[in-house]
Amino acid sequence: MRANYVIIGAGISGCSIAYNLALKGVKDIVVFDKSYLTSGATGRCGAGVRQQWGTKMNCELAKASIDFFETAKETLDYPGDLEFKQDGYLILAVTEDEDKEFSKNVVLQNSLGISSRKLTKEEAKKIVPHLDTSKIISATFCPTDGHLNPFTTTDAFYNAAKRLGVKFYFKEEVKEIVIVDNKIEKVITTNYIVEAANVINAAGGYSREVGLLAGVDIPVYSERHEILVTEPIEKIQGPMVMSFSRNIYCQQVPHGSFIMGRSEIGVARNHSTISSWKFLDEMAKTVCDLLPPVGDLRVTRQWAGLYNMSPDRQPIISKTDELPGFYIACGFSGHGFMFAPVTGILLSEIILGEEPSFDIHELSMDRFKEKRDYTYEKSVV
Amino acid sequence: MNKENIIICRCEDVTLADIHHLFDLGYTDIEEIKRILRVGMGPCQGNTCNLLIQREVAKFLGVKVEDVKTQKVRPLVTGVKLKAIRDGAVDES
Repeated sequence: MRANYVIIGAGISGCSIAYNLALKGVKDIVVFDKSYLTSGATGRCGAGVRQQWGTKMNCELAKASIDFFETAKETLDYPGDLEFKQDGYLILAVTEDEDKEFSKNVVLQNSLGISSRKLTKEEAKKIVPHLDTSKIISATFCPTDGHLNPFTTTDAFYNAAKRLGVKFYFKEEVKEIVIVDNKIEKVITTNYIVEAANVINAAGGYSREVGLLAGVDIPVYSERHEILVTEPIEKIQGPMVMSFSRNIYCQQVPHGSFIMGRSEIGVARNHSTISSWKFLDEMAKTVCDLLPPVGDLRVTRQWAGLYNMSPDRQPIISKTDELPGFYIACGFSGHGFMFAPVTGILLSEIILGEEPSFDIHELSMDRFKEKRDYTYEKSVV
Repeated sequence: MNKENIIICRCEDVTLADIHHLFDLGYTDIEEIKRILRVGMGPCQGNTCNLLIQREVAKFLGVKVEDVKTQKVRPLVTGVKLKAIRDGAVDES
């Protein structure tokens, strides 16, 4: 087999990159995934899309992505339902530090055209009546944040890419990247040998390992994040409710069920996606404390996925200087799903040598070589 | 009987026609079918529909039923209220 570009990973990032390259007229693109469509982090994520970030870069990526999602069904010509719902994100300030930090974040977000605002406890209560506001100081709210179905959205990019001629191969693991004289020559998978000069690493939780196949040391690691879903009920909660210090995000999806997750302090850096009883205990305690009526719902299922963490918790969307033809989209630190539309646009611009839509030096691999202080994103659960 | 009237997943109201439509579009992995149609995501967690879908996939692909992988089994075995989990956690610690 011969290909112009080999993309590794059929999560939403890989599908979005494939779609954007094909849209710009690139031919002979193949995508390999070692499992099924959305089997990795995309299909395990919390299905939230937000613009309320603490760094300018993340705000810009998020806003452009939400703008895309608003017309994604038409743009990608998808017959199914993407379940896009803009009921906002309500982010709780529980500590004095958060209260101060969020005031600054809102100023930054507003300066970039994101319509977030600071709310008093009373205003927050009006938006989520079952929230126990005695536990919070204030909140921020952005009405255009919301929910999107990760499966159907990835399926939409996948089908749009296929229509443009991209070939997908599932249950095909990339085993080896053959490099001769610092040039990529071949990609060897479970069943194929592909002659190709360009490889795109969109392998999510396994992107460090894929980088090492090409001799490129990407400073990312993966960690397990757990999540659960309840039985469905009639709509009682519009926005995603989130708290960094209480370590929770919780939303009611259009289907009616509640999805909620948290991170585990000191979790091991590995690829484990095993579910734990400890997560259930801690999640139940936190959600019953902040959103008491949700405690009456039965847990239907729990699972876990991998966050691929970068040193500054901002993505790496970049070429690699040491190996021409090797491109990277990883290190999303838990937010690859919501940034996917811009990921595809930006990486296709980098690959084709076009002027990038944003100043993206903060997303390049170079930022880790310069050893300066990064712009660190604090707003992560 | 009309395939549109044959319910395969009663938790999420999915018919045999829905399943066959996905086969025609090229989706034959039960994990993919689950994610697109929500089969196996309801309260029974696939206990009712998974074997039926497994049989349909086997027929469509012309393979043995035992060679078609069912969806990944995930906790919990049965629905438990979050409050009950919280109370248990408080008592035990």
